[in-house]
Amino acid sequence: MTAENGISRRAMLMKLGLFLNGIVGVFLAVPIVRYLLSPVIREKKLGYESWLSLGGLEQFPAGQTRLATYRNPVVNSWDGETSDIACWVRNVDNQKFQVFAINCAHLGCPVRWFAQSNLFMCPCHGGAYYQDGSRASGPPERGLFQYSYKVEGGKLLIKAGEMPTPGQPVVSKAGGKATCA
Amino acid sequence: MRLIQKVGEWFDLRLQLGAPIRATAEHPVPRETASWFYVFGSAALTCFMLQIVTGILLALIYVPSAGEAWNSLQTLNHGISLGWFIRALHGWGSNFMVAIVLIHMVQVFLFGAYKFPRELTWIVGVFLLLVTLGMAFTGQVLRFDQDAYWGLGIGASIASRVPVIGPWAVNLMLGGPIIAGATLSRFFALHVFVVPGLLIAFVGVHLLMVLKLGINEWPMPGRVVRRATYLQEYHELTHKQGIPFVPEAVWKDILFSAFILVAIAVCAIHFGPFGPSGQPDPTIIQTAPRPDFFFLWLYALLSFLPPSAETPILLIGPAIGIIVLLALPFVAGEGEKSWKRRPIAVLTILLVAVALGTLTHLAEHTPWSPVMDAWSGQPIPAEFLQGRTALERHGALVFQAKQCHNCHSLDEKGGQRGPALDTVALRLTEDQLIRQVIQGGGNMPAYGKNLSPAETTALVAFLETLHPVNQKPARNASQAVALSESESEVSPR
Repeated sequence: MTAENGISRRAMLMKLGLFLNGIVGVFLAVPIVRYLLSPVIREKKLGYESWLSLGGLEQFPAGQTRLATYRNPVVNSWDGETSDIACWVRNVDNQKFQVFAINCAHLGCPVRWFAQSNLFMCPCHGGAYYQDGSRASGPPERGLFQYSYKVEGGKLLIKAGEMPTPGQPVVSKAGGKATCA
Repeated sequence: MRLIQKVGEWFDLRLQLGAPIRATAEHPVPRETASWFYVFGSAALTCFMLQIVTGILLALIYVPSAGEAWNSLQTLNHGISLGWFIRALHGWGSNFMVAIVLIHMVQVFLFGAYKFPRELTWIVGVFLLLVTLGMAFTGQVLRFDQDAYWGLGIGASIASRVPVIGPWAVNLMLGGPIIAGATLSRFFALHVFVVPGLLIAFVGVHLLMVLKLGINEWPMPGRVVRRATYLQEYHELTHKQGIPFVPEAVWKDILFSAFILVAIAVCAIHFGPFGPSGQPDPTIIQTAPRPDFFFLWLYALLSFLPPSAETPILLIGPAIGIIVLLALPFVAGEGEKSWKRRPIAVLTILLVAVALGTLTHLAEHTPWSPVMDAWSGQPIPAEFLQGRTALERHGALVFQAKQCHNCHSLDEKGGQRGPALDTVALRLTEDQLIRQVIQGGGNMPAYGKNLSPAETTALVAFLETLHPVNQKPARNASQAVALSESESEVSPR
């Protein structure tokens, strides 16, 4: 059975069926893509990046650099130990602090502090940083990442929640300023 | 016997598979391809099947949860009867699979198998290599230990360097803002569903083309591939002089596959499973993460690239490499197949092999990393201290206390990040030593702020003693002249 314009009824119906499937496919694809991209396009929920306490100021003596840990603000029960993050706190003079990310600015390995030579050294590719976080030697292109911080009620707080990487260096490169409590 | 035959006939009447399987098995292949050089493809497939079986066995116990994965690996290693063996088989099977895929690739490259009409077979093979490496990397993440955790950090740092979409790519890769439960879950999905699915599909197409187009004939110098005549020539090689694949050629494949399986099992028994190393606890920072064997060359490369060139090379390099591999059959689709008439092909393979081998060897020794405990764990050998003055020995103390030893070796003990200092006094004068210590430079941090003048004096006095007994330390030849001139000149110019 061929109609006058040369298109058979069956071919027409098949095309209609394919067209309908295409529409359904698009309807399904949108939520699927949205689901896949959820880590990227999620709204920055309250508490996603928030002020976290590193503990009382007495843990960070003036002139010294100490390791501190905090719990990531957004956690799931199955995250286990991975939600505890370390960082280096430098108390410059009790007024000014610096909070460095643990991740080397080269490729994210954990840097270690050597108080005797006042250097941070990275075990992966040999990056080294001075005590103020600036690059000393090795492959890193920049200094250590710094978190914004503030002092409130005798506690040191930092703004954290995202792993710093060369493409996304925490909140700001310069770090925050002390706000007196 | 008659019963078995009857059952077989019952099934074949319904399945209708006997005839096509027999035709496939007995398809003619060129006589010379029944060779030990032609066994690597089937061995790679055997490895893949072993990986599927052992992978499913591991999935019976493994928990793909960031909080529990490490514990479930411990249970596999210690709590389940022969769990360690299955893990070892899977780990060694992975190494063997990557190695055999690479050998297979070198063999087909040197035998010109990528030329007409097998261009697409080669291209699918390139994807198979990438997918195999993808399996190796994602599998390394599932062994959720310290190396896996910080390895993900390295991956994220590389991904973040992509212009514009870098930060997005990091979030997409990690499944969130940090390495956590979502990260392991998505790598589990990749390693167990997505990448194996691709691998099976690519293997199917690859094999289908090998059957449809025929195995690459043994290359003879002077037998040149031409699009117009090749198919006819190949038809003669197979149908006039050829032999049936089963049983004349297949027995070598079967024997070699069995040998590989035995080798994997022997390695698994002798060396045991890989890891897991320490718990994936980011607050434990006393760790020196290292990738698995087949990514060591990349690890080494990353420490040698100059900082300014690193991002472009890291992002563009792999793309160029893949494009070159994919373009190869289109650029050189005709011509000589024999490696005896293709010197550049042979040299390319040698160059790549030497480069990858050297980088891998370096990465096993990581001379670029400071030895983090050399200052406290590796004392200065006694011969550098005997007969020294008090000042010089104090300098040796400074050398240890200020962690110089972490980067500089004495008598091959200590770090290799900086130059060995056994004979440094021959290379640098006293003034140059002072300048180098205080200002750094040439990839050495400046120590001016961290050393008191007294410490610097002592350290340089110690470094001045580092020369062979029968050779004098370097001195500034103009110093004496300059000093005597300044003494003789009464008034400044």
